[in-house]
Amino acid sequence: MGSRIQEKLSILADAAKYDVSCSSSGSDRKNKDKGLGNTGAGICHTYTEDGRCVSLLKILLTNHCIFDCAYCVSRRSNDVKRAAFTVQEVVDLTINFYRRNYIEGLFLSSGIFQNADFTMERLVRIAKKLRKEHNFNGYIHLKTIPGASEELIFEAGLYADRLSINLEIPTEAGLKLLAPEKNHREMIHPIKYISNRILQTKEEKKIIKSTPKFAPAGQSTQMIIGAAKESDLQIVHAAQYFYTHYKMKRVYYSGYVPISNDLRLPAIGTEVPLVRENRLYQTDWLLRFYGFEADEIVNDMNPLLDLDIDPKLSWALRNMDRFPVDVNRAPYEMILRIPGVGVRSAKKILAARNFEKLRLEHLQKLGIAMNKAKYFISCHGYIQRYADQQSERIKHFILSGSSSKYVKAVSTQLNLF
Amino acid sequence: MGQQALCYDGTWKGLLSLIFDVYAYKYSISAIVTENNAIQSLLFTSALIHVVTEDIKSARVTKGIITSVGKKGYLELYHVFLSEKEGRELLILRTVQYYLGVKEQASKNYAHADVLEVKKIVKSVSRERHRMKAFIRFQLLKDGVYFAIAEPDFNVLPLISKHFKDRYADQKWIIYDVKRKYGLFYDGGEVQEIEFGTENRLDQKSISLAGHESEILYSTLWNQYFKSVNIRERKNLKLHIQHVPKRYWKYLNEKIEMGG
Ligand code: SF4
Repeated sequence: MGSRIQEKLSILADAAKYDVSCSSSGSDRKNKDKGLGNTGAGICHTYTEDGRCVSLLKILLTNHCIFDCAYCVSRRSNDVKRAAFTVQEVVDLTINFYRRNYIEGLFLSSGIFQNADFTMERLVRIAKKLRKEHNFNGYIHLKTIPGASEELIFEAGLYADRLSINLEIPTEAGLKLLAPEKNHREMIHPIKYISNRILQTKEEKKIIKSTPKFAPAGQSTQMIIGAAKESDLQIVHAAQYFYTHYKMKRVYYSGYVPISNDLRLPAIGTEVPLVRENRLYQTDWLLRFYGFEADEIVNDMNPLLDLDIDPKLSWALRNMDRFPVDVNRAPYEMILRIPGVGVRSAKKILAARNFEKLRLEHLQKLGIAMNKAKYFISCHGYIQRYADQQSERIKHFILSGSSSKYVKAVSTQLNLF
Repeated sequence: MGQQALCYDGTWKGLLSLIFDVYAYKYSISAIVTENNAIQSLLFTSALIHVVTEDIKSARVTKGIITSVGKKGYLELYHVFLSEKEGRELLILRTVQYYLGVKEQASKNYAHADVLEVKKIVKSVSRERHRMKAFIRFQLLKDGVYFAIAEPDFNVLPLISKHFKDRYADQKWIIYDVKRKYGLFYDGGEVQEIEFGTENRLDQKSISLAGHESEILYSTLWNQYFKSVNIRERKNLKLHIQHVPKRYWKYLNEKIEMGG
């Protein structure tokens, strides 16, 4: 029995790995009545050899599927080994991995077997069993199967911490081309339903404290990058739409890994667009934590993200009139916009400047990437000399890293006056 | 008065009691040593002042620190203590003196050299604490205890005790620090500190022999899982090693080559 389950695990983990979401945070389920587990720690228990966080047991219930989405390894027409777990097998794996401190919980997805509800019902049954029979309070992320009934989605939300539906292809045309059995309307529908439910539960909770939780860690989605010739403009705007309209917790971006000879898709051997994926994540952070609007970063004039520099730097270089920023006076929102300054260092700047006027050497110690920041700030004892330089030159300095010589030349000159 | 060298029992409460005495007797300190070290270095033995650890003293200092910089600031100093870094006692003393001398929120003054040093140490101790929460791997033994061995860079077991207690409330577990030769043991009540005698062999072979029959299956499955989630096209070993430094590998069963 050991080797059979091992084979299933290898097939069904392999097929699930293209879903890049690994988050186990955003929920604070307590350990009830001396049961097993809790959430909130959001721990990565290990990292794959490609450097991704492993925090959940991420598997498919089955890789049998009635659909034929071109970008997916489990598509009906693909010639791969198929397998399916039983409900009990998934429960046992989860509990035993969890007890050994391998994982924070379960991320369960599935190919569509027979029909959407048939599949969804099993996913829900597993979550229910974990919660009710094993008093399991660890993290559960369930994938919502497109086309599943509202009743089942509702039940899923009662047991799961997070629900997700992957949009995968941000444009309707791209989806039609690659996943003809799917359409955006059908995918947005459950997203909307879940978003409303979450809101409603929050409201009810204010009045009746014992209202059962509904997907307390919210919902997320994923878009595949580089499969359907979509532009960054389309992706980033779709992401912003999800964040504002459906209060999505996370949008994930997954660089397309070529898995098929299908002519509609990049050929096998094409490189995974990792840099682009990274730039999209950086942009995503700018939307969520830095107060940026999608339009400021990608727009009709600049539909693609720069690959050679990060999106914040490229925004700054396009908006030199907003700089230099005086770190001793500027409001938090503007400190956040200085290239090289992260959320943490921005907060540190605000705290530290209450005590003394900050100088360059202070900033260096606060963990700010001065090689970028120095072109955009002024502070005590440091006069900004780059502000009227052309952005192309500044970009060149930063990229070549040869600017240090230039700084020295300037500062000796400064000392003369 | 000249400068004094003080000696304490090496515990956190001991150090807090020492700080209390520094205020009470207006000592000006040249060195702080633990009793163990004092015995080793004869240098100090003559002029050494021994501090008595007392709950009342340590509680007063704790309260003083919390009043001035909050619980967080207090915990940061405890992290520094557990770092076992050389000179940590003097750093903690100086920082407390600074905190108590300044009016507002002194623990947020990132421009102050000692505060900055404290933050730096806190960062590395926290990272280790976090890593231990992640990298502890329990093995189920025949007698139903989930057993794990660790070898943390800093003395972080006291910092992870609550986490494991809250999470694994319904199972018996032991986390043993082989470097410092003590462990945490939980069996449903409070977490206790335990020490094993030298007759207990704590190598992987002996542990496997005591293992529950299901242990090999789940350990193998986890090892298998780790291999299956890898995406070859994205391979980035540098990033992998940055996240999971090699010194932890020997306790991570996903990193062990399994036969068969
Ligand atoms: S429905 Fe899901 S599992 Fe099935 S082919 Fe499409 S993406 Fe793959």
